[in-house]
Order: sequence, then structure tokens, then C-alpha cells
Amino acid sequence: MNYDFAQLAPLAVVIPFLGAAMNMLIVHRNRLQRFVTIGAMSVTLALNVMIMITVWNQGPQAIHLGDWAAPFGIVMVVDQLSALMLVVSVVVSLAVLIYAAGEGVADGDDEGPISIFYPTFLILVAGVSNAFLAGDLFNLYVGFEILLTASYVLLTMGGTVQRIRAGVTYVVVSVISSVLFLISIGMIYGATGTVNMADLSMKLADLPQGTQMQLHLMLLIAFGVKAAIFPLSFWLPDSYPTASAPVTAVFAGLLTKVGVYSIIRTETLLFPGTQINDLLMWVALLTMLVGILGALAQIDIKRMLSFTLISHIGYMIFGIAVGTEAALAAVVYYIAHHIVIQTSLFLVAGLIERRGGSTNVDRLAGMLKISPLLGILYMIPALNLGGIPPFSGFLGKVGLLEAGVARGTGLDYLLVGVSVFVSLLTLLALIRVWIRVFLRSVDDAEYPDPVLRSTTVDGKRPRTSGPASRDQSSTFAGRGAVVLMPSFMVGATTALVIVGVALTVFAGPLFDLADNASQNLINPDRYIDAVFAPVGQGGVSEEAQ
Amino acid sequence: MTVNLTLLVVMGVMYSVGVYLLLERSMTRVLLGIMLLTNATNLLILHAGGAPGFAPLYNKDLDGSEYSDPLPQALILTAIVISLATTAFILSMIYRSWTLARRDEIQDDLEDRRVAQQSAYDAEDDDAMPQDSSEFTDSDTPPVRPRHNEEEATESPGHHRAQHLAAPSSPDYVEHAEGHRHEGHGPEDTGEEGRS
Repeated sequence: MNYDFAQLAPLAVVIPFLGAAMNMLIVHRNRLQRFVTIGAMSVTLALNVMIMITVWNQGPQAIHLGDWAAPFGIVMVVDQLSALMLVVSVVVSLAVLIYAAGEGVADGDDEGPISIFYPTFLILVAGVSNAFLAGDLFNLYVGFEILLTASYVLLTMGGTVQRIRAGVTYVVVSVISSVLFLISIGMIYGATGTVNMADLSMKLADLPQGTQMQLHLMLLIAFGVKAAIFPLSFWLPDSYPTASAPVTAVFAGLLTKVGVYSIIRTETLLFPGTQINDLLMWVALLTMLVGILGALAQIDIKRMLSFTLISHIGYMIFGIAVGTEAALAAVVYYIAHHIVIQTSLFLVAGLIERRGGSTNVDRLAGMLKISPLLGILYMIPALNLGGIPPFSGFLGKVGLLEAGVARGTGLDYLLVGVSVFVSLLTLLALIRVWIRVFLRSVDDAEYPDPVLRSTTVDGKRPRTSGPASRDQSSTFAGRGAVVLMPSFMVGATTALVIVGVALTVFAGPLFDLADNASQNLINPDRYIDAVFAPVGQGGVSEEAQ
Repeated sequence: MTVNLTLLVVMGVMYSVGVYLLLERSMTRVLLGIMLLTNATNLLILHAGGAPGFAPLYNKDLDGSEYSDPLPQALILTAIVISLATTAFILSMIYRSWTLARRDEIQDDLEDRRVAQQSAYDAEDDDAMPQDSSEFTDSDTPPVRPRHNEEEATESPGHHRAQHLAAPSSPDYVEHAEGHRHEGHGPEDTGEEGRS
């Protein structure tokens, strides 16, 4: 009998919080802060992996905090979906954290003023974990607020004109979506007298159709803003790219996916099998198309990536709208894939900015000669995101398309066609950047960044920028010699790209896990049983039955 | 179930005034709107707990049905704390915006400004027309590239050139580039550039 690690799930929230508290105590000692933060994240990662293994073997587990019985106390629930999300989110955050630490070391932040980056980052991770673990709507709201408040600070860090301008939009939009969510919680409580999701899943069905529809739509709108679904997505490409590279990367990977996760819970647990799916199909279609058309119009890599991010949220909504077991399995796999790939692309964009002085494709050229490694690091996730076989993006999309064809209504076929088309357009957008940034010669660039000319070709390139380039480089003007490709930043990016490839290599077991997760989503009985299990015993384990 | 009409009306007024203020351009008014909205929502949750007037604390003489529901009050407390933090943060952003740019207005986003900058004439779309450029270009200045112009190339997220609209467009590329500074994640950036 192995120890029941799932009962330790609240630690996935508590450890990052403790780490953040310790960071506040040692706020003047950046090096120590770095160690504490990376240590806390590593412990959380190990714990989450153990939780995932436990849940994989034993099914959904509920943790009754303070031993209060289910509908009255606060419940945290880990099922396969939340366990997988916990692991993937912490893997990605750890990579981003090492990347940011590498950047800090390279830029000599140790001598800088007090750093609030690390504690805020840890609080963000705690909020994300809390949202994935929440067993009741209000706890989900609190999780959202924790991660959003941390994200406000991270987005506006440095307080430049650009970031404040983007931050105002971001904060106001986020607050309004949170208010909508809170209003829905209030109304749901008024209608049913509970906020526990397992309890709601039984009680909401008894409400009149109209009331159900209204509550359902309000929740979807609130989550839709957070997930950046088409008519509610305009805040995203304006705010994300202004933040620093690691911040954008972790936002792009995680924050929208928490919204998608909540939509999955709404659709499967709270309001299963309602007539709203056709609406979701159309929304998915528009999200895909509008997102990718926006991406094609961009000349900045970060903005282009933000638009592809929106476009690919459409795929997930498509899978949720189809709603069969196969479709949900594909969605679960696709989310895991997309978190990793999108984050690595943003990290690569950060490296390109560092190496080439800009993320504007008009200013970049010939990067393949300057740094072949960067070319590889860009190309693998780009092909992956575009859905080229045999990468994980291809596998996830094939899963979605198969599920769509299997259901086989006219709307399904339309969506299948559009997703293939959008996939091609994604490839077009990414390859255009590849050709212009990496392949063409510097002389062809519209406004080449001086740093591109001042560095010699591969093999003889200086590890740090010399005096000549330092004076002219747009990114590093006015600073001392900088390390252009710090090994920790490159290492973290490489590691994440390798994780992306591993998603392909281990697609078999991962799809098993996703299938397992989707069975529990389609048929939430075990989830509900776990929540209402007698207190003190935890979940309904296999042995107990 | 009885309903407290006064509270309901107050809630409705707060929602409507809050939404109205939210649509204003001034950031301070938007903040006031957000405060009204969050507090109206708190009232809504209070309503969800049932009619007022029941016992709030334990009293051994009372039947279970005569207590007021404590859960909405707990939810409201949490919501108040969260909205307090958000309000404080928005206030600090407004102050920051004021020190940087001396303005208390929500500014247009990048895409808006880009579209506004584009002339009605688009070289790629309208090229079939015979083009007479003599009216616009002097013989000694080079023709301006139609789309990917220098202004646009300089204004890239991650570089703070928010004020570039005010600055005269300079053909000298290096001068533009030198205005940039590296934006790390540390708080060392003060963005003095925008203080003009």
C-alpha cells in the first residue's frame, strides 16, 4: 500500500505561497531569492508528478480541508485532467523561471534594487494550481483572482509608458470578467444554495431551462474573456507582447488555459449536454479564423504569436463543443501540447530579441548564420504548432478532426475544413517569420538592426557584444557589455523544446491519460462520488470498494 | 421569501452608474465604475443569502431555520478584500500614468494607432491606378516606403515609443534606435523618455 499522495494536493498551492513569503523576507538578496524560488518550484513539480501517478492509478480524489463534509466545507479535487494540468503548468513555469533567472544573472540584476519578480511569479503559480484544484466555484474564483493579481504586477513590471498603457486595458478587462464571474456565482448560489461543483452538477439540472441557460451563458462569458475566445479576445494581443519575454511566455502558456479548463468543467460537470454547443462551434470557428488572420497581418513576432495563441484556443473550443469522449481526450492532449509549444515559442522570441536586437521582422535578417541553434529552437516548435506530422500538434489536431468527423453533422464538417485551413495559415505565418528572420541576408532587411552587422558569422561570434554594437544596438543601448546568449536562457528554452518533442514521443501513454481523463469528464460519477465520500477516508480508492 | 426592495434598488442604481462610468475615457472614472460594480455585486451576493433580519450568531433557543445564511457573508468578505487589492493596484497605475505622461486617459492601442496612421491610399491594393507621385515627393528626398515604414518598425512592443506620434518623424535611423533601452523584468526601468 503506497502512501496516498493525492491528499497532499493542497501543498501544490501552499509550497509556492511559502516560497513567496520567504522571498519577501530576503528581498534584498537576489541570488538567495533565485535559489529559494527554483527550489520551491522543483519540490512542487516532484509533488505534482506523484499526485498524477496516484490519480492515474486510483481515479479522482477529493481532499476535504479541515475534515468538513462535502457540500459545506471547502473541497479540492484532483482528477486526471487537473493532475495533468498541474504537472504541465509547473514544468512550463519552472522552465520560464530558469530562463528569467538566466536573464537576471546575465544582465547583472544582482546589483539592482529589490526584486519582486520571484515572489510574484510564485504567487502566479499558486493561483494557477489553486484554480486547477478547486472543487467549488468560489475557490475557482479565488484562484483566478490570485493569478490575475500576480499577472497585473508582472505585466506592468518596470512601469514604462507602454506597459502602463497595456496594463490599464488588461486590468480593466480582467476585473470586469471577474465581476461577471462573481455575479454568476451569486446567482447560482441564490438559485441552488450551493457553490460546490459536484453538488451543483446534481442540483442545476432541476432548475427551469431559462434559468439554466442564463447561468450557463454568464459563466461562459466570464471564462470566455479569460480564455480569449473570439468576440472577447481583443485585449490579449495588445497586452501580452508588451511584457518582458519570460512574463509573456508564461502568460501565453498558462493563463488562457486556465480559462479553457474552467470552460471544460462548466460544459462537462455543471451543464452537461445542453443545447449551447452549436453556439460554441460558431464561436470556435470565428476564433480560429479571426485569430490567424490577425497573425498574418503582424510584423512583430510577439504580436504574431499572440494572435496564433487566440487562433489555437479555437481548436480547444471546437473539441469541447463536439463534446464526445474522443473529442475531450483530444482537447486534453491538445491543451498540454499547446501550453508547452506556445511557451517555448515565446521564449525563443525573447532570445531572438536578445540576439538580434528586436522582435520586429522588418529589423531582423540572417539569424540562421548568426545563430543556427536559435534557428533549430524556433523551427521545431513552429512546425509543431503548425501541425506538421509527426509532431504533437499534428497528433492533437488529428484527434480533434477524427472526433469531429465521427459526430458528423454538417457543422462538424465545416469546422473540420476550417481547422485544416487555419492550420495551413498558421504554418504560413510562422514560415514567413522563418524566411524573413532566419533565411534572408541582412542586406534584404528593411531596417536591419545594427547588431546584426556588427557580429561576425558563426564560429567567430563574440560571446558578448563589443563596444561597436553596444553603442548602436537598440535593445542594449546605454548598457555595458551584455551576454547575448546566456547559457541558462538557451538551456531553459532547449529543455522546453525537448519537452515538446517528448509530448510526441510519449504520445501513446499521454493519450491514454487523456482518454482516462475524458472518460471521467463525460461521466462525472466518480468525481461526484469522490467529493461526497465519507470524510476522513479521502477519495473512493480502488481497494476500498 | 421576502425581498428588501431598498437594497435591490440601490444595487440596480449602482450597477447602472458603474457601467456608465466604465464607459468613460478617464481612468479615474473607470476606477470609480469598477468600485461601484464590485460593491453592487457584493449586495447581489447578500441577496442570494435570503431575506434579512435573522439571527447572525448562535443562540441556543433558536431553531435552525431562523439563522441568516453565513456563507454569502463569507463570500462577500473575500470579495471585498480582493476588490480592495485591485482598486489599490489600479490607483497606483493611474498615479504612474500621471507621472509618466501627465494624462489620466485610456490611450488607443497599437493597432488602432497603426490603422489611423495609414493613409487611405494603399500601395498594394490600389496599384493598378496610374500613380502620380510628383505632387507628394520632392526630387531630392527618397520616396517613402508604403507599408513597413520606419515609424512602424520602431514602434514595436517591448520598446517604449508610445510618445512617438508626438515626435517628428526622423529619417535618421540611429537616432531612433538610441532612444531604446533594454527592458528587463527588474524595476530599474523608469521610462524617463515619456516624461517630455
